[in-house]
Amino acid sequence: MPATQSRINDFVLKIATVNGTGSASANGLLMKALFRMGIPVTGKNLFPSNIQGLPTWYEIRANHKGYMSRSGRVDVMVAMNAQTYTKDLEEVSSGGFLIYDSTWPRESSLHRQDITVLGVPLSKMCNEAFSVGRVRILMKNVAYVGVLAALMDIDLEIITTLLQDTFAAKPKLVESNLQAIMLGYDYAKENFTCPLPVRAERMGDNAGHILIDGNSATGLGCVYAGATVGAWYPITPSTGVMDAFKAYCHSFRTDPDTGEKNYCIVQAEDELAAAGIVLGANWAGVRGFTPTSGPGISLMSEFIGYAYYAEIPSVFIDVQRVGPSTGMPTRTQQCDIMLCAYASHGDTRHPILFPANPKDCFEMASTAFDLAERLQTPIFVLTDLDIGMNDWMVPELDWDDSYRPDRGKVLGPEDLKAMDRFVRYLDVDGDGIPYRTLPGEDAKGAYFTRGSGHNRYGGYTEDSDEYQDVVDRLLVKWETARRLVPSAVLSRADRKTPLGIIAFGSSDGAVIEARDKLAEQGIHADYLRLRAFPFGEEVVDFLHEHETVFVVEQNRDAQMKSLLILETNDIADRLVSIRHYNGMPIPSECVVQGIASHIEKEAAA
Amino acid sequence: MTFIAKPKIDLPGQKRNDLGLTQRDYEGAMSTLCAGCGHDSITAAMVQALWEMSISPEQLIKMSGIGCSSKTPAYFVHGAHGFNSVHGRMPSVATGAVAANRDLICVGVSGDGDSLSIGFGQFGHVIRRNLNMLYLIENNGVYGLTKGQFSASADPGTVAKKGEVNLMQNINAVATAISMGASFVARAFSGDREQLVPLIKAAIAHPGCAVLDVISPCVTFNDHEGSTKSYAYTRARLHQAINTDLVMPQSQINVDYQEGEVMPVQLHDGSTILLKKVDADYDPTSRPSALGFLEKQRSLGYVVTGLLFIDDDLPEMHQINDTTATPLKDIPFEKLNPGRGALKELQKGLK
Repeated sequence: MPATQSRINDFVLKIATVNGTGSASANGLLMKALFRMGIPVTGKNLFPSNIQGLPTWYEIRANHKGYMSRSGRVDVMVAMNAQTYTKDLEEVSSGGFLIYDSTWPRESSLHRQDITVLGVPLSKMCNEAFSVGRVRILMKNVAYVGVLAALMDIDLEIITTLLQDTFAAKPKLVESNLQAIMLGYDYAKENFTCPLPVRAERMGDNAGHILIDGNSATGLGCVYAGATVGAWYPITPSTGVMDAFKAYCHSFRTDPDTGEKNYCIVQAEDELAAAGIVLGANWAGVRGFTPTSGPGISLMSEFIGYAYYAEIPSVFIDVQRVGPSTGMPTRTQQCDIMLCAYASHGDTRHPILFPANPKDCFEMASTAFDLAERLQTPIFVLTDLDIGMNDWMVPELDWDDSYRPDRGKVLGPEDLKAMDRFVRYLDVDGDGIPYRTLPGEDAKGAYFTRGSGHNRYGGYTEDSDEYQDVVDRLLVKWETARRLVPSAVLSRADRKTPLGIIAFGSSDGAVIEARDKLAEQGIHADYLRLRAFPFGEEVVDFLHEHETVFVVEQNRDAQMKSLLILETNDIADRLVSIRHYNGMPIPSECVVQGIASHIEKEAAA
Repeated sequence: MTFIAKPKIDLPGQKRNDLGLTQRDYEGAMSTLCAGCGHDSITAAMVQALWEMSISPEQLIKMSGIGCSSKTPAYFVHGAHGFNSVHGRMPSVATGAVAANRDLICVGVSGDGDSLSIGFGQFGHVIRRNLNMLYLIENNGVYGLTKGQFSASADPGTVAKKGEVNLMQNINAVATAISMGASFVARAFSGDREQLVPLIKAAIAHPGCAVLDVISPCVTFNDHEGSTKSYAYTRARLHQAINTDLVMPQSQINVDYQEGEVMPVQLHDGSTILLKKVDADYDPTSRPSALGFLEKQRSLGYVVTGLLFIDDDLPEMHQINDTTATPLKDIPFEKLNPGRGALKELQKGLK
């Protein structure tokens, strides 16, 4: 047997299956069991843009220190898909384990001396135990949970409880699932030395934490923010946002007696219409939003420019996926930063929020609506497939019941009574934000909303001075936005250092782990996590305080680095780009290597 | 060119509606369209219809896309909020506004380019949603602001001002709307206000998406010999299939009618649309009959007008959605937010 380091509560378990075979529930079961054993855990679903029959992987990382990003390792691989066997075998880290279905012989040429390969006749056992074809396939996937429970000391009692919770309404399913699990469990116990050196060990109860994906958290956040109109066009990977909004609205916003809803979800004919619906809804006085992904933002751009110029609150949630064009819809990137920052023709710029995990998604939903209504402008929330569709362990979500939405500068009939005359685009307070009124309230507040040239009074204009007056005032508003958006979060190294790291969104986890690993190598760096655009003073200060600033991001063209250069002064020469853009969530190893090799190179020069 | 406010003159003895408002109170800014433009006649009909219906100006929203037609909401009811959106996208903005506040009376003004070319998709889908609105198309067969290109409603064989002949088929707004499942479809001519005013009123009273296609000649680019959307051509070939009148809920129906001649359609708000058949074999409650009649008359070279199809029972968007009767805009935040306790409870399932 090859030498294996003991890895207790510090491993990556990867399962290779075929989509549409029920492996998702088996994998969820494993992940939740580890979670309930008190081990910090994350799950990454690597799936094809397909409904049934193509390879899919699920990667569970358990780590006692609580690191949430991918590490770049695979300690235990369950290779259930013959189609990808060669690749899966290659991917196992030296000293690791590979479990496969030994019902059929493997290609004899495929072997590795440095890992342990364990064969379990999963299909054979399930074919003997279950009679229906479809059940056999599903149970084969449940059976490997049993194998892993034995090999990795995953608590069987917890697994049983989870099954009972899941199938509370169908006790027969609990029985058959347990039967399959015991097939695998008993086989492993009888044929292998259990447990392996790579294993789990109960370490608490993860109290105060939950498992949730970012899309669910975003949808829930929109419910809590008081959004009532959701417009959308289905697009991967954002669909889960509206699914969640709908489900939570169904439980919280439907009259139990009449079935009447105090929300309205419109599945639009395309993203152009979804954007138009959001504008119309906000213009008429509710909080409306649309979840989409990069291609949707491209289509919505015309309306985004309209909302910027006509000053209509609106919230656009972009769950980024791999571009350009259709790209890889089921893979992740942070590639729409430039697109969103300056979306639409003409001079436009838009505030962006960057949640780093599902908890941020939940909290930033109300921030987004507050900003949209306060600033009367489109607000973007940029998450990505990794945050949106993967299962994250985060601290429990909390809500302050004293929160009330910031509806911004809206004049009602009472306010209008006290005024001689209402005009739409006048900056009364010097913050660049004019007052608005809502239709349906008072004829005195009526105005004509237009995307064509208008003056400060809201009238049509083609007059140069009147035009410029309005677009210059929008710049004043932009400065107000800079003060209002969430500021960046600074984590200092434990000593003074000329090195800084800037990252945002789903790259956060990789940077947190990388900083610890780099510190072990004697490389210390301060870390600034961006939470919003426009950049506040703290971002400029950070750039000027450090000789070298690594900008970590998940796109090819270093979009955030470019944005920093465009929007701040004289810092281009100190920025070093660390990029990861193959569609997989960024592993911490990428950040460690990127920074360490740059420093090495500089030292040699 | 800038925004020209229309001087408001109060003449003694002017007629007032139930709200005490004069027709002048339903006017807007001065039109900047060409003298004689059909669109201005439609604006005038709109003013009259809204005034006669005693609609509160603040209850109205005026939505439009881009083009000559889409400028017109600035020219009526200055006391209503207007939204001159982007090209072909008025229906989506209207959907959002009505979703937010179902008590608003929504009038959308579009054109043939706006609805049948760039906005063809949104036109179809607002019908599919059956959004409660008046969807008025000011149809002149040309692009005016860009100087006279054919639009999608240009008839085959029609001649452009510079002599070019259109050889492509036209998209027929009313036939399209009927076949897509619209609940109210009518056609009128801007030059016939007597027919247009009651149609606007019936369309507004109709609880769903009321498509009103109005042939509205472009005096500058499409009113010449050889054009099939000119005043002369349209007048000569008008064929009124049905005569329409709207009787408001509080009014008595004082019409003497014989069985089969007049069809009363009772609306849910208590008002009644009276349909007086001009053509005996026309049935505006049957989709196949309406489509067949339109096709037959078209082959004979006639432009059929009137309320061509109505189905008052099709559910509109909010009925389909089961939205609460209170406008969403007026629901207090406390009722929308589930609170801290519910969040705690819900997370028990996420462990």
